[in-house]
Amino acid sequence: MARTYSTRRKILTTAAAWGVALLIFFPVLWMILTSFKTEASAVASPPQLFSADWTFENYAEVWSRSDYPRFFWNSVVISIGSTLLGLAIAIPAAWSMAFVPGKRTKDLLMWMLSTKMMPAVGVLIPMYLLFQRLGLFDTKIGLVLALMLMNLPIIVWMLYTYFKEIPGEILEAARMDGASLWNEIVHVLTPMALPGIASTLLLNVILAWNEAFWTITLTTTKAAPLSAFIASFSAPQGLFYAKLSAASTMAIAPILILGWFSQKQLVRGLTFGAVK
Amino acid sequence: MATQSSRIAARIMVAPSVILLFVWMIVPLAMTVWFSFRLYRLLSPDRTGWVGMRNYTWFLNSPDFWLAISNTLLLVGGVLAITIIFGVLIALLLDQPVWGQGPLRILVISPFFVMPPVAASIWENLFMHPQNGMFASLALGLGYQPVLFMEDYPMASVIFIVAWEWLPFATLILLTALQSLSSEQIEAAEIDGAGPFNRFRYIVLPHLTRAITVVVLIQTIFLLGIFGEIFTTTQGGPGSASTTLPYMIYKQAVIAKDIGRAAAGGIIAVILANIVAYFLMRGIGKHLDA
Amino acid sequence: MKMTHRALLGASVAVCLSGAAMAETTITVATVNNGDMVRMQGLMDDFYAKHPDIKVEWVTLEENVLRQNVTADISTNGGQYDVITIGTYEVPIWGKQGWLESLNDLPAEYDVDDLLPAIRGGLTVDGNLYASPFYGESSFVNYRKDLAEKAGVTIPDAPTWDDIKKAAAAMTDKDAGIYGICLRGKAGWGENMAFLTSMANSYGARWFDENWNPQFDSPEWKAVLTDYVDLLTNYGPPGASNNGYNENLTLSLQGKCGIRMDATVSAGALTDPKQSEFADKVGFALAPDMGLGKRANWLWAWSLAIPASSDAKDAAKTFIDWATNKDYLALVASKEGWGNVPPGTRKSLYENPEYAKLPFAKMTLDSINAADPTNPTVKPVPYVGVQFAAIPEFAGLATTVGEIFSAALAGQKTVDDALAEAQAAAVDEMTSAGYIK
Repeated sequence: MARTYSTRRKILTTAAAWGVALLIFFPVLWMILTSFKTEASAVASPPQLFSADWTFENYAEVWSRSDYPRFFWNSVVISIGSTLLGLAIAIPAAWSMAFVPGKRTKDLLMWMLSTKMMPAVGVLIPMYLLFQRLGLFDTKIGLVLALMLMNLPIIVWMLYTYFKEIPGEILEAARMDGASLWNEIVHVLTPMALPGIASTLLLNVILAWNEAFWTITLTTTKAAPLSAFIASFSAPQGLFYAKLSAASTMAIAPILILGWFSQKQLVRGLTFGAVK
Repeated sequence: MATQSSRIAARIMVAPSVILLFVWMIVPLAMTVWFSFRLYRLLSPDRTGWVGMRNYTWFLNSPDFWLAISNTLLLVGGVLAITIIFGVLIALLLDQPVWGQGPLRILVISPFFVMPPVAASIWENLFMHPQNGMFASLALGLGYQPVLFMEDYPMASVIFIVAWEWLPFATLILLTALQSLSSEQIEAAEIDGAGPFNRFRYIVLPHLTRAITVVVLIQTIFLLGIFGEIFTTTQGGPGSASTTLPYMIYKQAVIAKDIGRAAAGGIIAVILANIVAYFLMRGIGKHLDA
Repeated sequence: MKMTHRALLGASVAVCLSGAAMAETTITVATVNNGDMVRMQGLMDDFYAKHPDIKVEWVTLEENVLRQNVTADISTNGGQYDVITIGTYEVPIWGKQGWLESLNDLPAEYDVDDLLPAIRGGLTVDGNLYASPFYGESSFVNYRKDLAEKAGVTIPDAPTWDDIKKAAAAMTDKDAGIYGICLRGKAGWGENMAFLTSMANSYGARWFDENWNPQFDSPEWKAVLTDYVDLLTNYGPPGASNNGYNENLTLSLQGKCGIRMDATVSAGALTDPKQSEFADKVGFALAPDMGLGKRANWLWAWSLAIPASSDAKDAAKTFIDWATNKDYLALVASKEGWGNVPPGTRKSLYENPEYAKLPFAKMTLDSINAADPTNPTVKPVPYVGVQFAAIPEFAGLATTVGEIFSAALAGQKTVDDALAEAQAAAVDEMTSAGYIK
């Protein structure tokens, strides 16, 4: 690694990269800033970056108007539950597809992805009826199942592509040494696959957290997550930008913080087999 | 070589995923096919019966149908084009030696953590609103009339918002792929006298083909069903200028409460998705093979 | 199996609660996220003090999402909700289907005869009251008096469309960000079509003739749509085709609208100094007319009803009684002031001298009384409803027509093309629904 870069070039690329990154991030930043403004200064023209009368009032009102902890807890249970369940089902499948590929493995993967092609609104009433008749309506377990099945193809695919990069020889060698299938999975495969599993987990927690159609449609009170919380603050009467911003910030803050802290893990396994 | 017994073990391990997904797919699909041939209006429960192909012909003859199809494809294509072009550019930039790699990456992937309805409502209300949005203020400050995003450029606005949401995903995958490119290869090309453009064209881009294929595939599946962003911003309007197939189905299912027609629309959407998938696999599928 | 399980569970619960006087009933109440209903959630201490045996779980959603979820529930007999918030459009249709519990047996203190007749009539089917009004509204004109004065125009208490047009023209000052008139442009049966149908009533137009033949090819509709598009194009805010109730209210609170014609229920917000710095400058007038005997007054009531599938109907009735009786109005007045009392439901409120002091009280009452759901138009029609026709097909059809008219407003279609398309869509829908034989 004998490449040297001139400091000047590094300054230039740093400036450009930060410029672009801030531009992409700006809407989120603006939403957070707006959440601390009064409704009047939220719509002031010209827009104020920092308002003179910044306030926590929006948060206080949003907090008092709805049971945020419950929505938050439901989001946590549903997104993590569906992801863990999905992993439990997908890891064996992805493992066998990667190491014992059949002729139809590729077709099977494509078929799995294709189950996501029916637009949600198209099956609104069928799903509604199914959930009601099965007693799954407005239950966390119902949403865990629904989101797990929605994301299962993605989970299988991510794991499959990651597992495939693990050289088969290592497994062969372990087998030669007399390792059982169980030992093979626990002691050889899992440590090597861990980064892939970690990023799969993170990506699917994010996807499940952000799902905002079924989570609103199939719940009323007991299982309603943060997407329903947002739907109770959008489009009310009168000035609402600051309050909506506060509610939105509260809804995305947990996942944003999780994402920020775990971005290294997220990135490490997020290849989808894109790297050869 | 896989033995007979390991093959059986493999089948058993795949089985739960396949069976669950099959049930998850086939039951609603079968119900939808059933409803699609029936007269089923939520508010008129007394009027039911078989109607043959009438729900399908209604959809196909609707004045909005072809517009909705082309809008759906435009949305998918537009978002793919934006996220891939800018994703490559940003990935190239982040792959350079810069100060603050970590924080930079955090900022760039932020939009991915924002719930779609929140993203749409931030853009619509805080930025694109013709009176209260930041763009309007900027335009007025520079002496221009504000752009009427949702009225004059509804499709472009929706595409822009969705592209913002998906840009981090594309950037991340492309960046990971880029980082696996050995620097020796680039250096060798540099020594051979290849300029930056040629290096990109003949070394970097071929290396990224697989990553781009993956981005196209995954995003297409999600983008074909995009509905929430349109519901929040333009509601398919003005007129039907930004109506996509999923939004058209939504209108039948939720506003008109005609489940038969919505079901027919759903089946048409599945057919469309399969056609898109067919061309996708023919066009880029070969890059997926290991 | 299930029964034993429940019985056992019930028994164990009963054992646990043996100290308490009675078992607690939980009811699920679905509400719209508008100001009045959110305020109700803040006043629940009063309810719990009076009814400690009932626990209320809220589902608060944006109007469109709420309607989607509630309709799916009631039409599939889901039984998720014990109290739902629905409007004057749904009540007659759902009541007729047997989906709602009759509220005829509310306690005497509820005083059903105190309800405003127009509102009560809209919520009654075959003598059964199927929903109790939480707040009622008509449409009226609000305008900035200071701008009218500056422009040298006066808006009479009972204006004509001509008066409105002249005033809007005089008040418009686009460079200063002041738009002469703000009207709904966003497509939807409850958005631009609520406005346009009311306007059409005052122009002598109608949706259908006595035989359910759509009338968009009539000269009256042409006049309506032409004037509407002209008004908003010349004097309205840019991007009006995406403005609904909420967007226009926001613009009005910011003082950007010279005149706005919209729901009477927004008067409370408009005159609240905490919400608008123009609160003391706002004037009110009746919805305009053309001298044909009908004003552009609509009639709507967000109302509480009980799905027939509810398994806690008694507790639900107790809640509805609490939320919509006279005591509740007094409670809001004592805690939040008369201006925040949910308007438009009871005669006694308008007979109250305190309430009458509000600048919009009389105007709201007159507006509501001017609307007649059973006789909404100049020419006879086969339907009930002022800004809608109370038939199941209306929401879908009117949304389609609303999109076409919204496109006309955005300049994507001519008025003539829009009317022709609307007529074709309406004939098609009414034929396939079996109204036109």
